[in-house]
Amino acid sequence: MKVKMLSRNPDTYVRETKLDLQKVPRNYDPTLHPFEVPREYVRALNATKLERVFAKPFLASLDGHRDGVNCLAKHPKSLATVLSGACDGEVKIWNLSQRKCIRTIQAHEGFVRGICTRFCGTSFFTVGDDKTVKQWKMDGPGYGEEEEPLHTILGKTVYTGIDHHWKEPLFATCGQQVDIWDEQKTNPICSMTWGFDSISSVKFNPIETFLLGSCASDRNIVLYDMRQATPLKKVILDMRTNTICWNPMEAFIFTAANEDYNLYTFDMRALDTPVMVHMDHVSAVLDVDYSPTGKEFVSASFDKSIRIFPVARSQSREVYHTKRMQHVICVKWTSDNKYIMCGSDEMNIRLWKANASEKLGVLTSREKAAKDYNQKLKEKFQHYPHIKRISRHRHLPKSIYSQIQEQRIMKEARRRKEVNRLKHSKPGSVSIVSKKKKHIVAVVK
Amino acid sequence: MTASRVAESLLALSQQEELVDLPKNHPLSVSEDEEDSDRERKHQKLLEAISSLDGKNRRKVAERSEAGLKVSEFNVSSEGSGEKLVLADLLEPAKTSSSPSLATVKKQLNRVKSKKTVRLPLHKEEVERILRELAFNKTSQVLSKWDPIVLKNRQANQLVFPLEKEQSAFAPIEHVLSGWTARTLLEQKVFNLLHKNKQPVTDHFLTPMEKASLKAMSLEEAKMHQAELQRARALQSYYEARAQREKKIKSKKYHKIVKKEKAKKALKAFEQLGKVNPTVALEKLEKARIMERMSLKHQNSGKWAKSKVIMAKYDLEAHQAMQEQLSKNKELMQKLQIALESEEEERGPEEVEELLIPGVVNKVQMNADGPNPWMLSSCTQDSREAETHEDLEELPEPVAHEVSESEVDEGPVAEEEILLKEFEEWRSLRRRSELSQDAELVGSQETKESSSQEKLSELRAPSQRFKENHQSWKPKASPTGTVPQAHREEPSLEEEEPLLLQRPKRVQTLEELEELEKEECSQSQEFFRPGLEGQQLERNPNNLSNAPKEKKKKEQMLDLQNLLTTKSPSVRSLAVPTTLKEVDDEEERDQKQMIKEAFAGDDVIKDFLKEKRDTIEASKSKDMDLTLPGWGKWGGMGLKPSAKKRRHFLIKAPGPPRKDKNFPNVIINEKRNIHAAAHQVQVLPYPFTHHSQFERTVQTPIGSTWNTQRAFQKLTTPKVVTKPGHIIKPIKAEDVGYWSSSRSDLSVMQRYPKQLSMSHKKQLKKNSVD
Repeated sequence: MKVKMLSRNPDTYVRETKLDLQKVPRNYDPTLHPFEVPREYVRALNATKLERVFAKPFLASLDGHRDGVNCLAKHPKSLATVLSGACDGEVKIWNLSQRKCIRTIQAHEGFVRGICTRFCGTSFFTVGDDKTVKQWKMDGPGYGEEEEPLHTILGKTVYTGIDHHWKEPLFATCGQQVDIWDEQKTNPICSMTWGFDSISSVKFNPIETFLLGSCASDRNIVLYDMRQATPLKKVILDMRTNTICWNPMEAFIFTAANEDYNLYTFDMRALDTPVMVHMDHVSAVLDVDYSPTGKEFVSASFDKSIRIFPVARSQSREVYHTKRMQHVICVKWTSDNKYIMCGSDEMNIRLWKANASEKLGVLTSREKAAKDYNQKLKEKFQHYPHIKRISRHRHLPKSIYSQIQEQRIMKEARRRKEVNRLKHSKPGSVSIVSKKKKHIVAVVK
Repeated sequence: MTASRVAESLLALSQQEELVDLPKNHPLSVSEDEEDSDRERKHQKLLEAISSLDGKNRRKVAERSEAGLKVSEFNVSSEGSGEKLVLADLLEPAKTSSSPSLATVKKQLNRVKSKKTVRLPLHKEEVERILRELAFNKTSQVLSKWDPIVLKNRQANQLVFPLEKEQSAFAPIEHVLSGWTARTLLEQKVFNLLHKNKQPVTDHFLTPMEKASLKAMSLEEAKMHQAELQRARALQSYYEARAQREKKIKSKKYHKIVKKEKAKKALKAFEQLGKVNPTVALEKLEKARIMERMSLKHQNSGKWAKSKVIMAKYDLEAHQAMQEQLSKNKELMQKLQIALESEEEERGPEEVEELLIPGVVNKVQMNADGPNPWMLSSCTQDSREAETHEDLEELPEPVAHEVSESEVDEGPVAEEEILLKEFEEWRSLRRRSELSQDAELVGSQETKESSSQEKLSELRAPSQRFKENHQSWKPKASPTGTVPQAHREEPSLEEEEPLLLQRPKRVQTLEELEELEKEECSQSQEFFRPGLEGQQLERNPNNLSNAPKEKKKKEQMLDLQNLLTTKSPSVRSLAVPTTLKEVDDEEERDQKQMIKEAFAGDDVIKDFLKEKRDTIEASKSKDMDLTLPGWGKWGGMGLKPSAKKRRHFLIKAPGPPRKDKNFPNVIINEKRNIHAAAHQVQVLPYPFTHHSQFERTVQTPIGSTWNTQRAFQKLTTPKVVTKPGHIIKPIKAEDVGYWSSSRSDLSVMQRYPKQLSMSHKKQLKKNSVD
């Protein structure tokens, strides 16, 4: 008679070595794991709540400047190095991992208007209110040497901004006109003008490096082609654009930070309609910088906050503020896509996490898997009211909050007026202008 | 050198001559004298050319030797006339003459006349604007090459940064092998073997031998040959794979089927042989018989058979297998039909059999074994009735086995199972009735008036049926034609079923009563409701067939549907004003008649009632039965947990009564749950166009609880992956396989060459190299 017994073969469950992974037999029969949607919903809800619990983006404040920080620059080769220029003409080089200032230079008299690093990371350029362009070595002077610039160019007018070419020893300054300089020469190799107003910032396109964009105080954004030494097109907006930033992954996309509290993302081939209008700030936007992945950008505003916008969304996904942070003048997204730096009026540079609830440091594979899973769950259930509410909830300082309310009322009133006008006028006499096009005054060829 | 020069000069000369000839062709100016002189001149020139071959003399410039008013065509002189030469004067003859040679000149003249003066240059700003526009168009064209990449990156499921990839170096296998030497003994042996056979080590497909043979053939032949080889290899591998696969199949059923198929084939072949060549077939048969007699193969004397003999008492399968063996033996041992079977021959093996097999086996074999002629002879008509009880005890299982063995179709098996179950039920019931304990319990629910006697009589029906079935199955035992017979049997069974319907079903009646108490209008649906309990599921086929009869019973008890249907028309008639009714009674009747005729087909009230019933059914939460058969008691076939236990473990569905319980003409939807609504999406989110799309995305779980590890990883891949501590540089044209257009950035300098010194240029080059 055969007697049936329960028996287990050790081969199926004993590891050969200690380093092998444990075999975990699993039965994926769906009947054994019921309620998949409710269970995942609860998981998503918990993940969202935890995300909010762990959202502590502020990392460090770098203090040492004796005046407001006016400009920031990233080092092209070193993640830990950051340069900053202040309103008293001082330039500081910081080490982020040590959170210390490693070098201080009295570069200019008056403001340091602009600062940029050379593409190879060996030197950097500054422009100041004293009508000079100075090139400095990245390494500090040796013992007993004096802190001196490598080159100094004395200009005729004040320079308000500077940017270096991404591949070649050229740089561009702006002021009365856009000048393109060779590093070795004291005269610009080409200067381009269009109109007679002071230009506040100039930026090289990081991909098609012969392209330049600038914005002037007569409310326009001008694009230049360096190869043909000619401006290409000009778009005039409602209000002044403070600065622009090119998308590092999409050659023809740039974003302009405007005084009218909005940011405008343009496709440079079609300037008459912005691709997206980003509006969440409640005061003038002073600076903007793209994340190196080109998916998001960060903007600094006069309303004492910085916001992170996805490129394709008109609303921000994140707002950072602290009690002590005043008007934020400059902002930069670090090249490893992890951190955000902002320099503000009250002389500090602040370091933030780009992803507020992200855990820093090395993650184990299980942590990584859990993180990815939670992220996907949040994405999957993002439209569910509870999850949506929790994930969108942010605390705002009272000033910004009340401003937002006020502006909402104003916007609503404007909209209502428009609707009424449309309603009570002869059909066809009032044209409907789309929200995107509303802020574009003209495109000049 | 000189020769070529001469040739050139000759060519030039001939051209000149042509030019000279041109005016001469003109008919007006040609005279014979001139022609002669021309000839002379030509001759002169030729002489000169020949004389110049030595290289010393150069060609002389033509001089005018004679004075005259007549001016040759080529040397125009304005001497004599002191006036300026006007173009019009020159053109005079061309205008007047209609010669074809001057036509081209005329055309040119016309063209000159039609041209206008050049306009003033554009304003500087205008020019700049045009330049800008041109430049813009050019740049946007350059930029448009990024469109596909940008689109791809935007739509990508995953982007991994930094974008530059370090290319891993692949070494070809030859390089790897050349550096590798056989170290161990085994490796050396293998290599020796390979080298001896000149087996290609690296990448070649054919051995040198094969190559040589290939070379010997023509190309087409070689191709054919190769294809054949390939095919053979493929076939071989295919057959191997198939054999392996088949070998691995564990299903006994499958192997049985295969065996049977083989046997069938062999039989067919044999039959064919018998038709074609009967003597050979006979010989074969005889040989098989001899072989069988020689061996002990099917005599249940082997190891396996002995073990089965021990098991046969308990295990029906073993029993069956033994039976099969024996029957096979008998079949093979049978002498040919032509020859008479002598008793002695047959008795021999039978005796052996009886010695080997215990009594139990033989006893069953008596009933079950069809083809055995012995058995057939023993089964007489008279004895059958006497045997029925025994039959019923022992028969069903063997029958079932036969069927499961022979079944290819699902139909007969299912039927058989039903029969079996019925039989078991019947048996258990009979036991109960004998004990007369459960009889009261059974009768108490519904059929109090029906006596146990009646029940017994009813219960006898299955036994009859089984007898018939048994009969019907008996011929089936013959190897061919089993399935069709079974099919033939089916309809008759169904016809019989009403006879079997009257069996009391305790559980169902109990529940039905409860249901009746609870919901008044849902009883007719009862049978079609999927039961939760295993019991009910087990009996489902019976339930369906029983439905009509029991319905009738309920209708007798309380026909709510009738009540409602009779009631609602009266309500309707009440709604009609009475005065009208009095006045035009006839008209109304007519109208009613008309309406009745018009809507003869659809019964609205009935439909509504059905709808309501359906909604109630759908919304009702079901009772939960947690009884485990065999828990705390004996379990097994035909045993059911007691009613007390079932009552104890039955969890009744909670919930208040429906709101529309007392409103026969209203359906109140109770689906919306306020507590759940707070968690539900109210508006269809943006990218989705239909709610079903959205639901589908939500309903597919992504967790590792529901997905395999690999699928889980795939489902949860993050959209953007970055390497910590790595700098992400802007996208480059080289990264995506484009030439970067920025190389021509230096053209700026080329536009301003004055400002660039040579040393500067050198510096630039150095920088760019850096």
